[in-house]
Amino acid sequence: MMGVNRRDFLRIAGLTAAIGMGGKTAFDLLWPGQLDAAEGGVEGWWKSKTPGNPLYPGDLAPGNEVPNPGELTAKRWGMALDMRRFTAATRDAVVKACNQVHNVPAIPGNQNIKWIWETSFEHAFPDLAQEYMDNAVHELPFLVLCNHCDNPPCVRVCPTKATFRRADGIVMMDMHRCIGCRFCMAACPFGSRSFNFADPRKFFPDGKEPNPTYPTRTKGVVEKCTFCTELLAKGELPACVQASEGAMLFGDMADSGSPVRQAMRTRYAIRRKNELGTAPQVYYLI
Amino acid sequence: MNDKPVIIFGILVFLAIFTFPFWHAKGNAGPVPEVQLPKDQKQCVASKEFMRTTHMQLLDGWRDSVVREGNRIYVASDGKRYNMSLQNECMKCHTDKAKFCDQCHNYLGVSPYCWDCHVAPKESK
Repeated sequence: MMGVNRRDFLRIAGLTAAIGMGGKTAFDLLWPGQLDAAEGGVEGWWKSKTPGNPLYPGDLAPGNEVPNPGELTAKRWGMALDMRRFTAATRDAVVKACNQVHNVPAIPGNQNIKWIWETSFEHAFPDLAQEYMDNAVHELPFLVLCNHCDNPPCVRVCPTKATFRRADGIVMMDMHRCIGCRFCMAACPFGSRSFNFADPRKFFPDGKEPNPTYPTRTKGVVEKCTFCTELLAKGELPACVQASEGAMLFGDMADSGSPVRQAMRTRYAIRRKNELGTAPQVYYLI
Repeated sequence: MNDKPVIIFGILVFLAIFTFPFWHAKGNAGPVPEVQLPKDQKQCVASKEFMRTTHMQLLDGWRDSVVREGNRIYVASDGKRYNMSLQNECMKCHTDKAKFCDQCHNYLGVSPYCWDCHVAPKESK
């Protein structure tokens, strides 16, 4: 039997290559946009999630997605903690309220999950700690949380865009996209992010049932404070602010009449690790 | 060539074992899943046919819309407004995950990871 001769082989190989090169054009003509989405990495994926794109799942649904008309909005959300008004009881109430609302587990040891927690002045403000300073400030436990930076390093390093900065400045987590690589934890200079080394459901606070209206997390994702986006969307202030009896202020940093900006006009305010240039939006009124 | 009977016997045994699930069930695909629909509600966010085939895309769209774009309300084609939330809206009517979600998912052998994080309503016993 005769095999494929040289001439036939070259002819077939050439034809195959021509079809292969034409394939992309044909694909683009028949299914515009689909290849871009597949080839464009995260950008392409995100483009495919916008209305009008043939891959956009929302277009399949015979309805519309809109924001809640009663939600609280701002150009740039920010927070101020009035350190003179905090007592041990309010600090406790604030931390408890947050943990309860967001199903934050109580895991002993260094695998602890933290959204808002107490720390010492030196740990919160290593750049401001002096050898001799006002005892009232130095001995005060500070509540620290995610600073929702204007220039968030965690967002810059996230390889999947699971953490991102919303238009109103909130640095948000999309748990559906987190792959647990922990780059964000290495990038965050404030230690505001916690990794779920184990299934958090095994460690519910005080053995209580989780809050049925908020999800828990799963093993292998990073979590942090979200400025209670779910409450803002309902028209409520963050849980910590509600529980703080006026010691925590929340408002629009772009609005000079907002409670945060008003308080900062008359009180000296500091923020954590200012020199790093991440521009935290959580201020401490001393 | 002396091994011919052994080889053919082996192939027959293999085919018999390989096709066991088909001839054992005699073409019967097993009991069809019975989904328990909410008794006090007549209507979902979209038609029954749409939800049956496309609820996963709908939910996928919802979760991106809620988390990434801050849209929380779904205006259905009939103008009714729904809170886009698996935990707080879907499960308000479909109160029993085992008798609703799991019925088809188990039958088809799919295991979506919704409930790793989202809290299912307490199952009544």
